[in-house]
Amino acid sequence: MLRRIFPHPILSLTLVLVWLMLVNKITSGNVFLGVVFGIVIPVMTAPYWPNRPSLRAPLMAVEYALVVLWDIIVANFEVAMIVLFKRHDKIRSQWVVVPLELRSPEAITVLAGTITMTPGTVSATLAADGGSLLVHALDTDDPDAVRDEIKSRYERRLMEIFR
Amino acid sequence: MDQDLSLLAELLVAFFLVVGGFFALVGSIGLIRLKDTLQRLHAPTKASTVGVGGALIGSMLYFLFFEDQLSFHELLITLFLFLTAPITANFIAKTYMQDKIRRKDLPESGRDYGWALYDHPPEMTEEEK
Repeated sequence: MLRRIFPHPILSLTLVLVWLMLVNKITSGNVFLGVVFGIVIPVMTAPYWPNRPSLRAPLMAVEYALVVLWDIIVANFEVAMIVLFKRHDKIRSQWVVVPLELRSPEAITVLAGTITMTPGTVSATLAADGGSLLVHALDTDDPDAVRDEIKSRYERRLMEIFR
Repeated sequence: MDQDLSLLAELLVAFFLVVGGFFALVGSIGLIRLKDTLQRLHAPTKASTVGVGGALIGSMLYFLFFEDQLSFHELLITLFLFLTAPITANFIAKTYMQDKIRRKDLPESGRDYGWALYDHPPEMTEEEK
């Protein structure tokens, strides 16, 4: 019964929270409207989620968000130094191939998005069978180190979150 | 709010605005200085993370200190930005690669299938359908 009203509880909760943040005022009317959205939208969009991902470790997701935030700040300074002070014929851009152990499309999307939002690396394309990710690194001497860092910092955590 | 505290709050808000502005500027300089599209793609990721982030934290602090209200719109902007920015970057990268980069310029995918830009995905088995 509960399962039928909330086929996708995380999406429902997100929608309610986003609605309350949008109107920026918590009143009973707004909460009611948010809950209506939280029920109607997941039902209407259900066909687009054939296999919904399950979040196994919510605390790990929080840790992941903090790690990514920290990395973004650190990488911002590194890339700022490269952009401002490095002579541009010395900037060594390279392709990095990251073999993926993740299989769920949602997890791979999160990983690719994370790589792009972290300055210094942009994810370019996937292998046709989804087994590896092509990443463009702005300036690196050691593509293997970039690959290992992506695998150990991000992929390992995502494996636990989207098991 | 007394005088000293309000000065401190103003300094804090100003600090975040300056940090945000600085990184937005660096991102724009990067767009001009870097030499090809793929390198330039790296520049806006700075502007859209710490650049916007600094301005948003400044804005949240301003509303908290001077208007006495918690503002959540900034968090939403961050959320929407993190959802949309990587996808835009990915589309630009793919379009550029399709146009300018040949498959022999890229490293091997290390799989039975090549990169999705040049190769078809494997046929789905009945079970997967």
